Amino acid sequence: MLDLTYKAPKPKVIAGMRDDWELVIGMEIHAQISSEAKLFSGASTKFGNEPNSNVAFVDAAMPGMLPVINEYCIEQAVRTGLGLKAEINLFSAFDRKNYFYPDLPQGYQISQLYHPIVGEGEVLVELEEGVARNVRIERIHMEQDAGKSIHDMDPTMSFVDLNRTGVALMEIVSRPDIRSPEEAAAFVGKLRQILRYLDTCDGNMQNGNMRADVNVSVCKPGQYEKFAETGDFGHLGTRCEIKNMNSMRFIQAAIMVEANRQIAIIEDGGKIDQETRLYDPDKNETRSMRSKEEAHDYRYFPCPDLLPLEIEQGWVDDIAATLPELPDAKKTRFMGDFGLSDYDASVLTAEVENADFFEEVAKAGDGKLAANWVINELFGRLKKDDKTIQDSPVNPGQLGGIIALIKKGDISGKIAKDLFEIVYTEGGDPAEIVEARGMKQVTDTGAIEAAVDEIIAANPAQVEKAQANPKLAGWFVGQVMKATGGKANPAVVNQLVSKKLAL
Amino acid sequence: MTELNKLTIADARDGMRKGDFTSSEITEACLTEIDGAGALNAFVHGTADIAREQATAADARIKAGDAPDMCGIPLGIKDLFCTKGVPSQAASRILEGFKPEYESTITSQLFDAGSVMLGKLNMDEFAMGSSNETSVYGDVVNPWRREGSDAKITPGGSSGGSASAVAADLCLAATGTDTGGSIRQPAAFTGITGIKPTYGRCSRWGVVAFASSLDQAGPMTKTVRDSAIMLQAMSGHDAKDSTSADLAVPDFEAALTGDIRGKKIGIPKEYHMDGMPAEIEALWANGREMLKDAGAEIVDISLPHTKYALPAYYVIAPAEASSNLARYDGVRYGHRATLGAGDAIDDMYEKTRAEGFGAEVQRRVMVGTYVLSAGFYDAYYNRARRVRTLIKQDFENVFNAGVDAILTPATPSSAFGLGEMKNADPVQMYLNDVFTVTVNMAGLPGVAVPAGLDSQGLPLGLQLIGRPWEEGDLLNHAYVLEKAAGFVSKPGKWW
Repeated sequence: MLDLTYKAPKPKVIAGMRDDWELVIGMEIHAQISSEAKLFSGASTKFGNEPNSNVAFVDAAMPGMLPVINEYCIEQAVRTGLGLKAEINLFSAFDRKNYFYPDLPQGYQISQLYHPIVGEGEVLVELEEGVARNVRIERIHMEQDAGKSIHDMDPTMSFVDLNRTGVALMEIVSRPDIRSPEEAAAFVGKLRQILRYLDTCDGNMQNGNMRADVNVSVCKPGQYEKFAETGDFGHLGTRCEIKNMNSMRFIQAAIMVEANRQIAIIEDGGKIDQETRLYDPDKNETRSMRSKEEAHDYRYFPCPDLLPLEIEQGWVDDIAATLPELPDAKKTRFMGDFGLSDYDASVLTAEVENADFFEEVAKAGDGKLAANWVINELFGRLKKDDKTIQDSPVNPGQLGGIIALIKKGDISGKIAKDLFEIVYTEGGDPAEIVEARGMKQVTDTGAIEAAVDEIIAANPAQVEKAQANPKLAGWFVGQVMKATGGKANPAVVNQLVSKKLAL
Repeated sequence: MTELNKLTIADARDGMRKGDFTSSEITEACLTEIDGAGALNAFVHGTADIAREQATAADARIKAGDAPDMCGIPLGIKDLFCTKGVPSQAASRILEGFKPEYESTITSQLFDAGSVMLGKLNMDEFAMGSSNETSVYGDVVNPWRREGSDAKITPGGSSGGSASAVAADLCLAATGTDTGGSIRQPAAFTGITGIKPTYGRCSRWGVVAFASSLDQAGPMTKTVRDSAIMLQAMSGHDAKDSTSADLAVPDFEAALTGDIRGKKIGIPKEYHMDGMPAEIEALWANGREMLKDAGAEIVDISLPHTKYALPAYYVIAPAEASSNLARYDGVRYGHRATLGAGDAIDDMYEKTRAEGFGAEVQRRVMVGTYVLSAGFYDAYYNRARRVRTLIKQDFENVFNAGVDAILTPATPSSAFGLGEMKNADPVQMYLNDVFTVTVNMAGLPGVAVPAGLDSQGLPLGLQLIGRPWEEGDLLNHAYVLEKAAGFVSKPGKWW
């Protein structure tokens, strides 16, 4: 295995009117736990069902109804913790976060404030080759999602859809280790990648299955280092929290406008108020949602309907034993075992489905060639058709077959591309297609030699030129290929042409 | 046949099996009594049709010969229990018109055992009260009266409807719930038996929550034996309630041997309250003698944190209640205030809850909200939780030292007149729970047994507190006390 080492990236420096400023960012990612049923009820979590059809009595907070923990959701949270190399807390507990809102039927959200299920972990966020930020995870806790309030269906009434109410979320809280908008987006991307590998969250940001709250503050160069040394937040600026972001692009844009807003205020002699803000992508600005004074008093207290959650180390070990290979390890292995470049390995491991596809193709015997074909030909062709690997018309066996034919010398790279297109559009076994359509490359030296001789004999003027300038020998190669319908083995042709021209 | 409503569960069970009478006959007798007892205001919603249907089915089952003990027994059900298709309002306006689509685990178990539901019983709103004066249905009246007076007396609370109904023989027994004494205090005020089992013994699923960590359901019956029989049917693990204990339920009736020789009875010195009526002291002393005469050893014990129990209870219970009652917001069910033009969601919450909740419930929601607020949480809620731990330890220490049961008065006085406390400081009312809340705080089983009448002719009860999960042993002590006290008085019928 390769042992990769990384340099830390430079923090983003923003030039204000007077001073230079650095960014300090911490994130809270709300990731919907992949599970058929909700965190405390048996109701379905299926997206897109009729409003209020995925609702158990407890989700609607009917009188006397009680939550019962869904063990699978716990397992998923533990799996996530293990995937982030985090400490698993064998003792955790649920608390109630109290506030009134129509899409929160209980009048409280069951969450884990005091004793989260997962403690400290880390995520390695690679930004470019050899450069990565190690973002520390402070904690992961489980909580219930709220429902959906719909305000635009009627001029006088609001509607509530409880399908989402009680769906299990993990809130993954980072330390303020992120130093630029790019890092923030890359952090979300890396987290999403890991969760998808673990199959603990589908990472679908469009459906809101992964959302981010972004805490942003600015400080002068040097201050962050003092904070890092002492842990004293006093060295940093006052932070504002931008809520509920579900696009990488918006996250980056929001961080920049928020940072610029803060810098302008500070340089103007003002003070930043700690508050919750919302990003408006249309106007590209953040605006205040509620100030610290208006902040809810959530009156957290231990949920008396649920006993503390005690899990056993043995159970955690069992989950750990079934953990899949994660992106970093897979990438390193691809580089080591297949000799892939950092870039190719990153591309292939971005999505676990791609990596799996590639590994199947690589069974044909040439990892590097397989990587080229998967990345350049297959991905390129899929992209053209707006398809993903899941609906690729070419399966790994077929692509592996094409590569095997190349390796065997049965077809040239050029023919292989034609073959790929045939397999892509028509399907079929590559070897059979090559056989049936006479695409096999001619490696019979005698036949090629005859063709070479014929062309040399017919073009004495070209022979003279080529002998004077060997670079022109390529013309003969081209003619031979043409004469053989592209089926001649180019390596053999090259060799023979050079020999016959006495170059 | 006219007196079948006066039967105990045990006698009804045995008589039905012998063919002396049928469940339908007992049920009709109860329905007739209920019809004539409007003045008690115990039943707030009759379910005669359901009762008759259940009784017919029960009779068939008994005839077939495989009926459980509770089969055919007509019961009253406290309004706190959700009963499918039947109004279940926790005696609150905020649940106006609410008919659950589900049946509470406990009533399911009782009905599966063949019990008959006569109707829903009045109670203090959301089980908050000690006099049954906070109900949206109005006060419940105790069938007992002071000698020579026709002043209306409280049956206690919050299970006041259950207590009155059982004491007045409107039903054979009733379900109750007990968060700080709501089974035991009304049982004592009406001369009946009531047991609050160990926390976790009976499922809370489908019982409207007041304070989740304290709420327990239990039976309210005419005799100790009946409590044993009915508790048996109410108990058991329920996967739908995470706080329900996954323990086997022993045969409680079989535990009633009447033999407590060699048992150690603790008398906690902290339960001698200043200003406690001499009659209560005398009753307590009498109880000690009775248990001693039955061969038990009487020991003085100390439960040093007792005096902190009531204040801590009145932090924890309202805190949980303030959160548990947040769901009553007018959005999905129950009462919703009529809104004015321009009223927003906050107006809807405020108006709905102001109209829907009575004064005592509002007080407790406000207290609970306050004690959980940022800046007060540690001083109140966390401190109360620590007190609770200490109270639990007090009991553990005593039980570890070999004490089998603890004897205390059930209440600091006999039943008071309805309206007498109307202008009193609410804390005066809370003092009713002084002997009972410790048991809820520690999650222990406690039983109230009628033990005598006071000088005005009102019943008085004694309380026995047992080891966790030892309801059988506890009931056996109560059984001995019941026999020795020989309490047979019944309220004279005036209603």
